[in-house]
Amino acid sequence: MTTGFPPLLWRRFPERYTLAGNKCETCGTSYFPARKVCPNCRRRGKLVDESMPRKGKIVSWTQCFVGPTGFEHETPYFVAIIELENKVRLLAQLVDSDEKKVKTGACVEKVFRKINDADKSGPIAYGYKFKIVG
Amino acid sequence: MKAGIVGYGAEVPILRIKTEEIARAWKKDGVKIATGLGVKEKAVASFDEDSCTLAVGAARKAVLDFGLNAQKIGAVYVGSESHPYAVKPTASIVSDAIEAGPELMAADLEFACKAGTAGVQMNLGFVEARMIEYGLAIGTDTAQGRPNDALEFTAGSGAGAIIVGDKRNEIIATCEDTYSFTTDTPDFWRRPKEDFPMHAGRFTGEPAYFKHVLSASRGILEKTSYKTKDFDHVVFHQPNAKFPLKAGKILGFEREKFEAGLMCPTIGNTYSGATMVGLCAVLDVAKPGERILAVSYGSGAGSDAFIFKTTKNIEKKRGKIAVKEMIKEKQYIDYAEYIKHRKKLKSL
Repeated sequence: MTTGFPPLLWRRFPERYTLAGNKCETCGTSYFPARKVCPNCRRRGKLVDESMPRKGKIVSWTQCFVGPTGFEHETPYFVAIIELENKVRLLAQLVDSDEKKVKTGACVEKVFRKINDADKSGPIAYGYKFKIVG
Repeated sequence: MKAGIVGYGAEVPILRIKTEEIARAWKKDGVKIATGLGVKEKAVASFDEDSCTLAVGAARKAVLDFGLNAQKIGAVYVGSESHPYAVKPTASIVSDAIEAGPELMAADLEFACKAGTAGVQMNLGFVEARMIEYGLAIGTDTAQGRPNDALEFTAGSGAGAIIVGDKRNEIIATCEDTYSFTTDTPDFWRRPKEDFPMHAGRFTGEPAYFKHVLSASRGILEKTSYKTKDFDHVVFHQPNAKFPLKAGKILGFEREKFEAGLMCPTIGNTYSGATMVGLCAVLDVAKPGERILAVSYGSGAGSDAFIFKTTKNIEKKRGKIAVKEMIKEKQYIDYAEYIKHRKKLKSL
């Protein structure tokens, strides 16, 4: 959900702005998005808030030539599965990156960007994208 | 003044368009225009960047590169003439994105190209009065230039962030004094709901830029009894490369003193970001004990002048990547891509 009813957007601000997730203090596993229950420890698990690291590596990537509604003018763009420094994996758009450098294993860093502002009278959806560094 | 700069950061988009490429689209002499303005290319915000995203990028560097605790920031002021919302603050988005909130003062400022430095002055006052521990001020813009207007050759995108504090072991540049000069001068403006600003052509020069920059510079020199020879670096607002150098010559500053902070030739006029980004570039290279004169200019019109003196802390505390190094990473676009990214087509 990138556009729409403001409360729905607002609930995801911490996740989108700061990669706010959580961590189970019992088993040490980090989760993004945040989990309500640790699937490893169940009732023995103790989840605490944790912001994810800003850096990671590309695990897999693809290039989109036909974008969904709201993204049709952004094509072609890269989308990648990124493994952060704490082993958490997430899906994000790649920006500001030389096409030749987009490959598995490339180091990436989080940047703050507009995700979608197709609705000119609605709220702007800001959030995370990643760029290749080094 | 006990307060000074404890952190800084700049953000400049990766996209660039050459002055000659803009001139090509309008069948003009690009070489002549680039030489006349002293601007060979400008930074362009991509479709997913705006004043807010650039402000967040600059603010994050100012916090992270200097090891500051964002939760101790007591005020966030964002100066811009291209805030993404007409009503809804950019400052609240920035403060949440850098995890500085919620216990802080925050507001958006607008004074054409000098709203960022107005925020620095406000924070200096709050820190001096011990009302806050740290204050963050950002000057940021994705400058608008009407197609085929003289401004289109220079209107760039970028942001500069300055964090003010008063801890002696953290201050990299003490603020020795500040002085402002303001008059009602209609040299450049944008009415509500208008996409592009209007300007009064040559009127933006002598009675506007030069009158205010020179008056603010002379005012702070008189107030502090400093002479031009007492300064190692000078940063003036830079709508093009010609104006600040001409103003410096009138005041008697050597051209070399502008070198470190003159960013306009390679990124264009970043409006509210211009003086702030230039100051960041100076702090990247300044040695301990050097004195910096920074003077902004905002149409409408006014100038804020500052005198900073670097401390020995600056040897150990600088931005991780120097501004002039950061802007070397760039991707050139043509005019067609430029109008797509800046949404100058009606259907976008």
